[in-house]
Amino acid sequence: MQELLKSFLGDNALVYIIMGVPPLIFILLYALVTLYMEMKVSAHIQDRVAYMRTGWHGVLQPFADILKLIQKEDIIPAQADKLLFTLAPYLVFTGTYAGFAAIPFSEGYIGSNINLGVFYIVAASSIVVAGLLMSGWASNNKWSLLGAMRSAAQIVSYEIPSALAILVAVMITGSLNLNDVSKFQEGGLFNWVVFGGPLPLLQKLAIIPFTATAFFILLTAGIAEANRTPFDLPEAESELVQGFNTEYSGMKFAIFYVAEYANMFLVSAVAVCLFLGGWQSPFGSALSGPIWGVFWIVIKGMAFVFFQIWLRWTLPRLRVDQLMYVSWKVMTPMLFVCVFAVGLILVL
Amino acid sequence: MLTEFGSILVFFLLGIVFVAGGLIGSWILRPHRPYPEKLAPYECGEEPVGNAWVRFNVRFYVIALIFLIFEVEVVFLFPWALVYKEMGMVAFLEMAVFLAILIVGYVYVWAKGDLDWDKPRPEVPVVSQVAPTMTASRTEHVPA
Repeated sequence: MQELLKSFLGDNALVYIIMGVPPLIFILLYALVTLYMEMKVSAHIQDRVAYMRTGWHGVLQPFADILKLIQKEDIIPAQADKLLFTLAPYLVFTGTYAGFAAIPFSEGYIGSNINLGVFYIVAASSIVVAGLLMSGWASNNKWSLLGAMRSAAQIVSYEIPSALAILVAVMITGSLNLNDVSKFQEGGLFNWVVFGGPLPLLQKLAIIPFTATAFFILLTAGIAEANRTPFDLPEAESELVQGFNTEYSGMKFAIFYVAEYANMFLVSAVAVCLFLGGWQSPFGSALSGPIWGVFWIVIKGMAFVFFQIWLRWTLPRLRVDQLMYVSWKVMTPMLFVCVFAVGLILVL
Repeated sequence: MLTEFGSILVFFLLGIVFVAGGLIGSWILRPHRPYPEKLAPYECGEEPVGNAWVRFNVRFYVIALIFLIFEVEVVFLFPWALVYKEMGMVAFLEMAVFLAILIVGYVYVWAKGDLDWDKPRPEVPVVSQVAPTMTASRTEHVPA
């Protein structure tokens, strides 16, 4: 896509700005869809119907919500640290959005084709932690501070399992660039890394248990990093009201919300690119091409976003000590075993 | 013109511009009617008690330290994983040694109980409430 734009516009800054815009439009559309989906899926799981009055089956409700949030008064508490309070939404949104730069939405479109790829995404999404801590501290509210501390401890703890799970996939694919990783998994469903990638059959059979474990852990750690139920301790409304964004209202709150949704898709997209073929079609060369690529990665990503919403109404919230236990004492040792086993199988 | 990292800078700038645009847009539209009660920190409707900038548990600090060690280790593992298939057995043995050292540290941290969130209640050493007087301590040390 970048070459195509350059042939039209010449090599100037406009090309790079246009290259950055599609993920932003995608995030906005996706946030509207997910807002609607979350309410409807939640309601139907609980045998309710959710919005029915704004438009056909309430499809206009997300637009109404956005309009309301734009018009809402923005309250900065008198005792808050005003600078940090305003800066926090910038960090949280920008950190998440910058992660989208290395997601290949199709063979022809990737925001920035850096060879660091997924490594960069992990680094960029760490900025979010700083933003959350900043928002909690600056609010000068006890709920916010506790929520932010929990959130930082949680994201930081789950970054180790997710980085190790990414490592398992990188060992097999030999690249950090998610576009190359997706290309590597060419040839249909059974060449995806979760099924061992395009390896000889015997190796593949031996490696499947470990890649499947790594994929499952990456997904779980991703849910924890996006602060979703069952890992939504930072926002545990029965204990902490709204956690780090208790004091936020109006547009700033909306930006936290959009960033959380964007983060849900980001973690799903990383898992999809590394383990489920990214933009590759599950049917080999059938139904594949640049446009189908966009379709496949969005469908796969949305499937996991749906999965996260589904989990929210299936599992109860964990306790803080259980959360730390799962990360440090279950997932980390399991992944050490996975890294060793995959290493051994690849060498033999 | 721009390198690939330049495109990433563009992404960061677009993110900032988007948030700024949203906030400025809503600043034009929204009402501004603050009063003291509205600006008070939310504490479930009660008058806020004290300041929220309190001290918090040292556990968070310990978790951060352990995280730092593991994160650095993972940073070292990524270049290794990239060239893994080309280097073969040598790479495997090299990393087995590296990981073994790390796992020793991991086992140590686990055994010390730093990975437990629920800490056993600290045992406060019991000391005599009454301070010994000069004469009493002197008589104690006098050999019988």
